[in-house]
Amino acid sequence: MERIPILRMGSFLLVTIQVDMHDRLAMTLQDDLTTKIVQTGASGVLIDISALDIVDSFIGRMLGNISAMSRVLDAETVVVGMQPAVAITLVELGLSLPGVRTALNVEKGMAILRATRTLLGEEEDDDVSPEE
Amino acid sequence: MSVRKSETMPIRTQADIVHVRQAVRTWSVDAGMRLVDQTKIVTAASELARNTLEYGGGGELLLESLSEGIRVGLRLTFTDHGPGIPDLELALKDGWTSGSGMGMGLSGSKRLSNEFEIESQVGIGTTVRITRWK
Repeated sequence: MERIPILRMGSFLLVTIQVDMHDRLAMTLQDDLTTKIVQTGASGVLIDISALDIVDSFIGRMLGNISAMSRVLDAETVVVGMQPAVAITLVELGLSLPGVRTALNVEKGMAILRATRTLLGEEEDDDVSPEE
Repeated sequence: MSVRKSETMPIRTQADIVHVRQAVRTWSVDAGMRLVDQTKIVTAASELARNTLEYGGGGELLLESLSEGIRVGLRLTFTDHGPGIPDLELALKDGWTSGSGMGMGLSGSKRLSNEFEIESQVGIGTTVRITRWK
C-alpha cells in the first residue's frame, strides 16, 4: 500500500508531502502519524507542504486533525512551506487553518519545535501551553 | 463565445479526483493563466470532483477551453445522477454539510470562480458549472 514516509529525527517526526495525495492516502498519513507519535514519544511533528500545489478542504481538514490529535498526544505540529498561491486560495476557499501552527520554512519550523521543547523542559511544573 | 477544445473525464474513484486536478492544471497552464488563477481553479475542481463522488455517487467532468473576443477561460461542468440537493440555498452556505465534510466545498468553489451555476433535481442529479477567465 502506498504511504507517505515519516522520518524520525531525535524527538521530532518529519513528513514531506511530495505527491498529489488522494483522500485515502491523506487519511493513512493521519493514522500513521498518530501511531508514530505514541510509539516514539515524539514531542514535535513537522509537516513540509512546500511541494503541494493545492490544499483543498480535505487536506486542510487533515492538517487540522493532525494538529489536534498530536496536541492531545502531547506533541506540537508545525506545518511549513506553504506556497503563496496556495495560501491565497485557501483563505478564499474559506479555510484559515485554525489551530494549525505554521512556519515559512523547515528551518523556522524546527526552531519553533525546539523552542517549545526547551520551554516545556525548563518549566516542568508550568502547565501553560506553548501556543500564543 | 466559442469552445476551442473539450474533453470528458469520469469521476468514479478517489484516483479520478487526482486525475481531474492534474487535467485542470494542464488546461489552465495551456490557457496561459497565472499561478494564482491556476491554483484557484484546480482547488475548486478538487472540491467539486469530491462532491460529485461523495454526494453524487460518481459522475463526470466536462472540461472546456473557451474564448470570447480576446479573453480565454476554462469552463468545468460536473454532472452526477445522485440524490440531488433538496435545498440549494442551504447547500451553498459556508459550513453546512449533509455528510462528513467541512461544508466549504460548494460555497468555497463559488468564491474561487468567476461564474458559478448549479442545477439540482431531487432523485435526478446535480450539475455544477464553473468558469474562470484568464
